[in-house]
Amino acid sequence: MTSSAHEPGAALRLHVPEPKARPGEVPDFSGMSVPPAGTLARPPIDADEPALREYPYALIRVLDDAQRAVGPWAPALTPERLRAGLRHMMLTRAFDDRMLRVQRQGKTSFYMKSTGEEAVAVAQAYALDDGDMLFPSYRQQGLLIARDWPLVDLMCQIFSNPGDRLKGRQLPVMYSVPEKNFFSISGNLGTQFPQAVGWAMASAIKGDTRIAASWVGDGTTAEGDVHYALTFAAVYQAPVLLNVVNNQWAISSFQGFAGGERTTFAARAIGYGVPGLRVDGNDFLAVYAVTQWAAERARRNYGPTLIELVTYRAAAHSTSDDPSAYRPQDEAARWPLGDPVERLKQHLIGLGAWSEAQHEALARELEEHVKAQLREAEALGTLGTPPAGVESLFEDVFKDMPPHLQRQLAELKGA
Amino acid sequence: MASMNMIQAINSALDVTMGRDPDIVVFGEDVGYFGGVFRCTAGLQKKYGKTRVFDTPIAEGGIVGTAIGMGAYGLRPVIEIQFADYIYPAFDQLVSEAARLRYRSGGGFHAPLTVRAPCGGGIFGGQTHSQSPEAIFTHVCGLKTVMPSTPYDAKGLLIAAIEDDDPVIFLEPKRIYNGPFDGHHERPLTPWAKHPAGEVPEDYYRIELGQASIVRPGAQLTVLAYGTMVHVCLAAAEEAGVDAEVIDLRSLVPLDLDTIARSVQKTGRCVIAHEASRTGGFGAELMAQVQEACFWHLEAPIERVTGWDTPYPHAFEWTYFPGPARVAKAMKNVVEA
Ligand SMILES: Cc1ncc(C[n+]2csc(CCOP(=O)(O)OP(=O)(O)O)c2C)c(N)n1
Ligand SMILES: [Mg+2]
Repeated sequence: MTSSAHEPGAALRLHVPEPKARPGEVPDFSGMSVPPAGTLARPPIDADEPALREYPYALIRVLDDAQRAVGPWAPALTPERLRAGLRHMMLTRAFDDRMLRVQRQGKTSFYMKSTGEEAVAVAQAYALDDGDMLFPSYRQQGLLIARDWPLVDLMCQIFSNPGDRLKGRQLPVMYSVPEKNFFSISGNLGTQFPQAVGWAMASAIKGDTRIAASWVGDGTTAEGDVHYALTFAAVYQAPVLLNVVNNQWAISSFQGFAGGERTTFAARAIGYGVPGLRVDGNDFLAVYAVTQWAAERARRNYGPTLIELVTYRAAAHSTSDDPSAYRPQDEAARWPLGDPVERLKQHLIGLGAWSEAQHEALARELEEHVKAQLREAEALGTLGTPPAGVESLFEDVFKDMPPHLQRQLAELKGA
Repeated sequence: MASMNMIQAINSALDVTMGRDPDIVVFGEDVGYFGGVFRCTAGLQKKYGKTRVFDTPIAEGGIVGTAIGMGAYGLRPVIEIQFADYIYPAFDQLVSEAARLRYRSGGGFHAPLTVRAPCGGGIFGGQTHSQSPEAIFTHVCGLKTVMPSTPYDAKGLLIAAIEDDDPVIFLEPKRIYNGPFDGHHERPLTPWAKHPAGEVPEDYYRIELGQASIVRPGAQLTVLAYGTMVHVCLAAAEEAGVDAEVIDLRSLVPLDLDTIARSVQKTGRCVIAHEASRTGGFGAELMAQVQEACFWHLEAPIERVTGWDTPYPHAFEWTYFPGPARVAKAMKNVVEA
């Protein structure tokens, strides 16, 4: 900007954010600071929020450039548990890859991958208890996979087939699994955030020990619901983890359109008096450690935490999207925080607890597992196979079907 | 004249009006650089610059609220809500603010905004990419509600909506963006290039809000429809072998009651069709007005064909959608009554 823009009487100018690189340009992450791993202290879980104000502007990292776990945030996870985490991340990726192909084959209408973001859902599921309630967005399929929910059930939902527990009512990936404390996913962005706070408040009202967690994307932080959630969480010190998955993009809009040019998403917490932690979202160990810290804090009645998970949406937004129209094609490859699967793999190899050969064997095994589950799901039908009788269209609008719906059902059947 | 689909016609309306009036600004989620998820604003940012065509935060209440503020300054905002299903976070700004600003300020302020939103089903979009919320807006005093059924109408109506000094909800049936879908999902879609209303002037023209269009003259019964259902009703009339007079309302508020009443007084019979669910749908309002204006001319009860009173389903899309078979059946009922 020229100085004349800032002189008294200057003509006002509208600032419209612009990402550093567009298609055909060289990806540019030069503005992003990636501090060395292991340098930040791990504060006590009862620390007052004012003592935590450096964290929203920092980046908690455990795995260093050689993928060794360093510093006070390094969690005490056994190699066995790390291998299990790796497996769940790889399973999530294999599932996503297969489901994309299935959609391309016309067997369903729509799909959304979480490629590059697997550490977020899997490590966070690991750090939470199975009884904790999850209010996810559409990109946390890894939560269900980490909780060992059968893929075939997810596939049946994707196919809207007779095995679909949602009776063909929902768009693919909008799962709902009460058995795994996984709340019904909404297509309307951000709505789940205050709902998670309400669940956590209820848990506190009843003197329960379970906490809640919710996830929104960087773009979604702009919705009013996100701010309602933070206000209520702060006011009632609700035992809840509010996670912002900053994968840099919201369809075609880079995170600058959600305010990311001015400050961090974690720093939003400061205005509410809520601790904000910013973490390397592609570092399984760091994500685990930060989530565990916040969960412990919530469990001990020290209130909510806002966590920003810095990651990158490596795939298209959805099967309806083509990112080559708005971002450089090789941007994912240049992402400074690497790939979460690759990093945990190298970490385990460094520990002497994993090898390339084992990794390849596991990848093959998981692919076979996904295929086997797919055969089972496809045996029940793909999109187009009615999930149930037509009466199911009218069921669950209300608990009991009121007369006007009974009449409409009769009309449909008579037609 | 040029051959345009509805997306191109909308784009052309925006282009033509922006070229004429430097106070028009266009914004919404993904509308700037990318040109919108349905490409309706493609190329506009490049042509008119980033301060007249821009992306926004994902906050529909913020989009409408800032549009109202820009309108108060003197700009003429044309905003896009990515799907009509996502308009609800903006509800307060639309209902309590935009709709009533002129009234509550004694005419001192007004909200000259146009809110574009793709609506309707037929794309396997499930409940959050398929809704037809027009009746929610027609009930609000101070909002105009428009829904085109062809590229030609879309351009002329959108230009009139943009130039209107009051807030207009401009609903775009996304199922007919690329062709006049008649409800026969099992058949290939005919592109707009093969339809006369796909011929669209490249220059400026207006279609005044509040003027219905008789798309098929007929003597046996009057059919009231708008959006995608216009094409479904035309197919149904053909298949039922009924000499139907099909009226495309185009604008719901203001409503062209004269054209409707003249037709029903002539035919004595009326079928109303919309994709939205039944209870409290706009068909109920139409039925009431036809009854008020035409009671002594009616020779049969009026029938409604609508979506069922359920959320829009994914798998049962075509069981939900009021296709030509259901419309044809209603037409026969009414003609034979
Ligand atoms: C209320 C609402 N507005 C708009 C949309 C359309 N939409 C779906 S996903 C999306 C982008 C979300 O981006 P982000 O929050 O960053 O999540 P990500 O997809 O990156 O995981 C938009 C605009 C919606 N689903 N709901
Ligand atoms: Mg995002």
